[in-house]
Amino acid sequence: MSKLQVSLYRYNPETDSAPYMQEFEVDTQGRDIMVLNLLEMLKEQDATVAYRRSCREGVCGSDGMNMNGRNGLACITPLSHVVKNNKVVLRPLPGLPVIRDLVVDMALFYKQYERIQPYLQNDTPAPAIERLQSPEERDKLDGLYECILCACCSTSCPSFWWNPDKFVGPAGLLQSYRFLADSRDTATRERLSDLEDPFSVFRCRGIMNCVAVCPKGLNPTRAIGKIREMLLANAT
Amino acid sequence: MVTNITSFSRSGLSDWIIQRASALVMAVYTVFLVVYLLLHPQLDYATWSGLFQQTWMRIFSLLAFVSLAAHAWIGLWTVTTDYIKPTAIRVSAQFAIIFAIFVFLVWGIQVLWGA
Repeated sequence: MSKLQVSLYRYNPETDSAPYMQEFEVDTQGRDIMVLNLLEMLKEQDATVAYRRSCREGVCGSDGMNMNGRNGLACITPLSHVVKNNKVVLRPLPGLPVIRDLVVDMALFYKQYERIQPYLQNDTPAPAIERLQSPEERDKLDGLYECILCACCSTSCPSFWWNPDKFVGPAGLLQSYRFLADSRDTATRERLSDLEDPFSVFRCRGIMNCVAVCPKGLNPTRAIGKIREMLLANAT
Repeated sequence: MVTNITSFSRSGLSDWIIQRASALVMAVYTVFLVVYLLLHPQLDYATWSGLFQQTWMRIFSLLAFVSLAAHAWIGLWTVTTDYIKPTAIRVSAQFAIIFAIFVFLVWGIQVLWGA
């Protein structure tokens, strides 16, 4: 059984003048392990390899990375899904500044998330117990609330690559729609007026990379379409 | 809210709907011209010129030209804001594009009503 060829993006700004690819050979003993397990084996060969990880079951969203050209969570991506010709190339999420190796600076991503005010806003007096929703109203949040903010979608989006400071990006817009669609939120008009400019929502060109890579199977493009419908209904 | 001053209508929503409406107009115009050419295989200058003598055809063509102008402005503005990062070059490119669109539009009107 030939060993798996692994090409890993390495960059330590304190010692390297430029990023480079480091080649590894790993004996997986023919097992179809997750990419995160592979990274742990690389770390045994070279302890300076840096990556983020936490829950190892696709819930925390820490280990988003680019595996053979496709974004995903290393912990829930089996080698059989990414390895081609017995080779796998591991790179950090594209489009964000690299702090070290596979660790990227998510500041811009979080800034866009913060911009859409990801919390319920309600200006009516608080009820004695809780704000109730009908089952139908609650159903509208399915496919929206499950987002774990791993940034796989936004960093696979060319519109976000070119304008990460102006375009909210698929992750932020999915969350924006999650609050626009919430029957308990009363700030709908204010939220919509913040999104009406040519960049925040409308820089989406319907490329749909976000839908293709989302590890949770969510559909940001549909949410963006719903935001457009709401903007249109509000303004015509 | 991200402000900008060189996009066609200043509003993303308005640009978006104009882009779709103008695409529809251009599609109808193109289909009309293709069908017309298919129905007139032996087309000569007199027939072609006669078509454009009709007032309705001139208005239809003008609508298509205006749609093309708006569509090109919105589309190329998007391309410049995506790919040209130095402000001086981007604004210059946008001015050049807007000027070219204006020239082509005026030229088109002159062709339509000048014959």
